[in-house]
Amino acid sequence: MKGNVIKYDRDNIDTDVIIPGQYLKIHDYAELATHAMEGLDPDFHSKVKEGDFILSGKNFGSGSSREHAPIALSHSGIKAVLALSFARIFYRNSVDGAFLLPIEIGQDAYDGISEGDEINIDVSSNEIQNITKNQTYKMKPFSEIIGKIIAAGGLFKYKPDQD
Amino acid sequence: MNIVEKILARGAGKTSVSPDDVVFAKVDKVMMHDVSGPGVIKVFDKLKKQGISVDKLWDSSKVWVAEDHFVPSAEKVSAENIVKLSNFTKNYGIEKHFKYGMGQYGICHTISHEEAMVMPGDVYVGGDSHTNTTGALGAFACGLGHTDIAYVLLNGQIWFKVPETYYFKLNGKLPDHVMAKDVILKIIGEIGNDGGAYRTMQFGGSGIDEMSVESRLTLCNMTTEAGAKNGIVEPDQKVVDYLSQRGATNFNLIKGDEDAEYAKVFEFESSEMEPTIAKPFSPDNTCIVREAPSVELDKSYIGSCTGAKYEDLEAAARILKGRKVKIRTEILPAAISIYQRAMENGLLKIFLDAGVTVGPPTCGACCGAHMGVLAKDEICISTTNRNFPGRMGHVESQTYLASPLVAAASAVTGKITDPRDLK
Repeated sequence: MKGNVIKYDRDNIDTDVIIPGQYLKIHDYAELATHAMEGLDPDFHSKVKEGDFILSGKNFGSGSSREHAPIALSHSGIKAVLALSFARIFYRNSVDGAFLLPIEIGQDAYDGISEGDEINIDVSSNEIQNITKNQTYKMKPFSEIIGKIIAAGGLFKYKPDQD
Repeated sequence: MNIVEKILARGAGKTSVSPDDVVFAKVDKVMMHDVSGPGVIKVFDKLKKQGISVDKLWDSSKVWVAEDHFVPSAEKVSAENIVKLSNFTKNYGIEKHFKYGMGQYGICHTISHEEAMVMPGDVYVGGDSHTNTTGALGAFACGLGHTDIAYVLLNGQIWFKVPETYYFKLNGKLPDHVMAKDVILKIIGEIGNDGGAYRTMQFGGSGIDEMSVESRLTLCNMTTEAGAKNGIVEPDQKVVDYLSQRGATNFNLIKGDEDAEYAKVFEFESSEMEPTIAKPFSPDNTCIVREAPSVELDKSYIGSCTGAKYEDLEAAARILKGRKVKIRTEILPAAISIYQRAMENGLLKIFLDAGVTVGPPTCGACCGAHMGVLAKDEICISTTNRNFPGRMGHVESQTYLASPLVAAASAVTGKITDPRDLK
């Protein structure tokens, strides 16, 4: 999975900046996308391209359980968020709803990848290749259950009884 | 096993579970509100298109619904969401729908305890991050998103990774000027806003035994602000009495074993606790009130699931009795039952005499949605639980989180004020 990176060099990007509370009444996914990241980066909607990734620090998606957050990012074209760590509800919403891949990375990837870099995420080898800088980093492998839900295409397509 | 491991083991039909085990646990109660409800309806629509049947819920008697975030409706999208939600509960035979304008209604987490919707030992999930609140009744109470809630509605179970538990021991009774809000802000300040991430935060010790059920609810509510999966207190006679007064019978009091294991134990002395605030823009950015920055406040807000229970209003009334507010002050009881008690016991008169505006239960201002949002550069002291950028309105407004005693004292002076320093 190849794409370009939009980097937010900070920790604790919370759901209130990913999609502010006033938009929680909206359930049209395309409309939500127009407000994605509005609390932090009003230019996000105009600059994001289909297939882009977001890179950020620790505790990404902290705060509310609003599924609007991964929905707004996913429907903006974001295929994966790479972060040093994730808040738990954002993480499981991203996976169970099959909106985007939450990729846990180490400090080397965080420091090495810059805004605009083209990277390739290879989940099968747990590697991230930085095509722009010709570097490779490890990603934290998905836990067994998360890997299975992702492979199935979301929680509703995952069949626990067949394990 | 500790209490959470026992509850999840029971839910999963296993004799024992350990941290990091992945289980599918049967759910005893599920809640959604006027934000997560329409979100769930959207998921149901998607499932229908994929050929997955959504004709029948697993058990509509175990589902309850609150109207809280966008009531009273400020515009037509919110109004239409309430209509959608009402049609959904009617079509699926969900009887426990607490409707705005029809007797008891309020913030979902407040209804959970005021109406005894959740019982000790339950696996309880809700479509809201502060579902953690109700762990104070001795339940495993955990917030989930729309897809997960839709899954629970149709299947009656959901996956969990069994969390490890941090145990917070509070020794001794809190001084009169210190509230549970001060305690949880101090804890979040110490462990950080991801210090409890993916874990259980359990509270115990003589300080918790001494605490009211409502104070314990405040503690568990804000475990979310430390990233915790859930907060919990082992149920005692106070919980049984509290729920019995609200019509509950048949208690299953699950408690941890004597040799229960905790990943880490933190110990605090109540006598050393001080009135505490969280400064903008994070609940872990804490300091004691007497070391707070000297800022000119524009507003004091006493509301929300964590800051407008009956004892929160009583605390505010102790300060506001016979005094006048110096800044715009709003008090919104978190449920109609609390509003009514506040009226019967003279609290509303104290508030109105002090110059406060008293409003209906809603999440509106707490999440910056409606009913009193902040303008650019405005500064608010608030009994709510979050102060992220833009949380209560304009992205350049600021919120200080505080106990109802501190919020009320600050309303009187217009500055952030320790209740002990009020003349």
